[in-house]
Amino acid sequence: MENKTNMVAPPEGVSGEGFFATKLNDVVGLARANSLWPLPFATSCCGIEFMATMASHYDLARFGSERVSFSPRQADMLMVMGTISKKMAPILRQVYEQMSEPRWVIAVGACASSGGVFDTYSVLQGIDKVIPVDVYVPGCPPRPEQIVDGVMQLQELVKNESVRRRNSPEYKELLASYNL
Amino acid sequence: MSDLLLPPEHRYAKVIEERRNEDGSELSVLNLGPTHPATHGIFQNILLMDGERILDAEPTIGYIHRAFEKIAENRPFYQINVLTDRMNYCSSPINNMAWWMTVEKLLNIEVPKRAQYLRVIVMELARIADHLICNSILGVDTGAYTGFLYVFQFREKIYEIYEEICGARLTTNMGRIGGFERDWSPEAFKKLETFLHDFPIAWKEFENLFERNRIFIDRTVDVGPISAEKAMQYGFTGPNLRAAGIDYDVRKATPYSSYEDFDFDVPVGKSGDTYDRFCVRNAEVWESLKIIRQALDKLPEGAYHADVPDYYLPPKEDVYHNMESLIYHFKIVMGEVPVPVDEIYHAVEGGNGELGFYLISDGSRTPYRLKMRRPCYIYYQAYTEMIKGGMLSDAIVILSSLNVIAGELDA
Amino acid sequence: MALDTVNIQNKITETFGNSTSNFRMQRDIFCFDVDSDKAYNLVKFLKEDADLNFHFLTDLAGIHYPDNEKSQQFAVTYQLHNWIENTRIRVKTFLDGENPELKSIVDLFQCANWMEREAWDFYGIQFDGHPQLKRILNMDEMVSHPMRKEFPMEDSGRTDKDDRFFGRTS
Repeated sequence: MENKTNMVAPPEGVSGEGFFATKLNDVVGLARANSLWPLPFATSCCGIEFMATMASHYDLARFGSERVSFSPRQADMLMVMGTISKKMAPILRQVYEQMSEPRWVIAVGACASSGGVFDTYSVLQGIDKVIPVDVYVPGCPPRPEQIVDGVMQLQELVKNESVRRRNSPEYKELLASYNL
Repeated sequence: MSDLLLPPEHRYAKVIEERRNEDGSELSVLNLGPTHPATHGIFQNILLMDGERILDAEPTIGYIHRAFEKIAENRPFYQINVLTDRMNYCSSPINNMAWWMTVEKLLNIEVPKRAQYLRVIVMELARIADHLICNSILGVDTGAYTGFLYVFQFREKIYEIYEEICGARLTTNMGRIGGFERDWSPEAFKKLETFLHDFPIAWKEFENLFERNRIFIDRTVDVGPISAEKAMQYGFTGPNLRAAGIDYDVRKATPYSSYEDFDFDVPVGKSGDTYDRFCVRNAEVWESLKIIRQALDKLPEGAYHADVPDYYLPPKEDVYHNMESLIYHFKIVMGEVPVPVDEIYHAVEGGNGELGFYLISDGSRTPYRLKMRRPCYIYYQAYTEMIKGGMLSDAIVILSSLNVIAGELDA
Repeated sequence: MALDTVNIQNKITETFGNSTSNFRMQRDIFCFDVDSDKAYNLVKFLKEDADLNFHFLTDLAGIHYPDNEKSQQFAVTYQLHNWIENTRIRVKTFLDGENPELKSIVDLFQCANWMEREAWDFYGIQFDGHPQLKRILNMDEMVSHPMRKEFPMEDSGRTDKDDRFFGRTS
């Protein structure tokens, strides 16, 4: 019988009888990319689409995000879905601070990316004003396919990230620019 | 020493101190929210706990306050529909239609029968989608994930129908002043028929899974009950009020969009507890299906929008080739349309209760003041009282059975 | 019907005399104005009178009229509903522009609590006797009342919007 299970392809390497040698970077990237635990920070409409993404039809679990981690400490990717008001911004920041490295952020939807249609006194004009963002998913709200695509884009990023990146001066500078 | 987290002048501090002196026991303070996973949306409650029991709660809201009413004062009538989408995003079409009906009431526009029936169909679909989310999530909160995964497939089917009608899934921006932007495609009706055939089977199974389930009954019966008088005092409307035993339904009380043509019942509960709220929503889904069936069977032929060139955008190809259409297009877009000076209140039965728009028009292209009566905002006030004396785990169940939508709560 | 507008109007003028004015039908809802010092008593009367029995507070809205004369720059409207007769009524009361003040109706309708807090938050209308009159939707630190007409809608701190691209620069 044909095996329909889709396996992750191994990274480039040298294989011989009984051994396979490759770079540590690639292995770590591979492992990280395929077990991203999301922390859904769902505030409004996009959160409902995220529910659809997690549910049976679209099933984000196929991409290694089976376990939705509601505790920031065990989460790898923070998915900010929905409008972040100025009242909410400090809380978002706190959640980000509580996450342990390595951590990634996806801004799902127009509101999280830029404030969207809500150009008002009470709405934060994009979450990149308070925390660094890795992937932006456009749409108001984005379709579940787009959210899944955003996660896949992030997987690419994660796969190719150097294990040393989080210690690099550039990264420290980035965090410092956000006062983190 | 959890009281150290509070400022010393906080009202909890005194209670904790008194209790400590009385019998030496320690009360604790628990911060529930605003990003707690079990609260769907962002609500913060600072709870005063005696072990597992909640003694007091202090709610804070406004975490996604987006200033809808302020934006509405700065946008022309046809752009406000975008805001209504994002209010109760579980049932956007109801909000859309409610807004168009308000504007039509202001402008004295008579909508053709076909458009009215189509509106009824899509509003009832939205109600099903709304109740489906609420009830399946209530299942998740009591530990039954299966029901959610099962019926959510049918929510996708509803989305597909929306997509056929207007092209969007969640924030539909459906309809125009006077009717719809286009007639429904045969594909939409086909999908609707398939839905009407398949969904009742699944919903029956969903009901069977829960309504006689021992665990579910133990978790919900007599949890967070509210009496009819209290519910009225707190301004409850919609399924939550009907669960307490009052049969007030805007669709029956002041029929709009031809609801008087359809035969349907208003299900009511008795004790107003979580179980009753669940059952009332379940029963309403059946009534909604009944209404959709009748509307489809009786759907008249005719125009899908009113003949109001002053407010209804002409077809795009006419705009390019026809002088008059171009003028109308220009006038509508630039806001040079006649608007009467008046005050209007129009209410519909939204997913959560009486959704009203109080519109003050000063004759300009934007509302002078638009006050949205958001049912969630009004009945969430009772939450504090409902959870007092209960267990912490019950507070979560009560919240999801009330179906408080953050977007509607904070506007 | 027992509760037609003429009866309501007679009953109200009988009790409140000159404090009420401007009785009118605004489409399907009967409306009138009341002096702000009598507003509480009027709502109480509407609720407790056996015939009128407006037992449900549908909505409470603040309104800002900056172009009115000083004593009428703010308004509060109460929308009440009698479910038994299925009659709605709207009561409007004008408040002073400098120092808008009104007696709270929380002891009549519990749902008025947050509605009044919202009106305070948005317009700065002071409700006397309210148990906890503080901001509800906006941040506690906010000083101004954002729904007043002079308050700008857009976020002033926004940097990514170039006004030249929106036709807003001279």
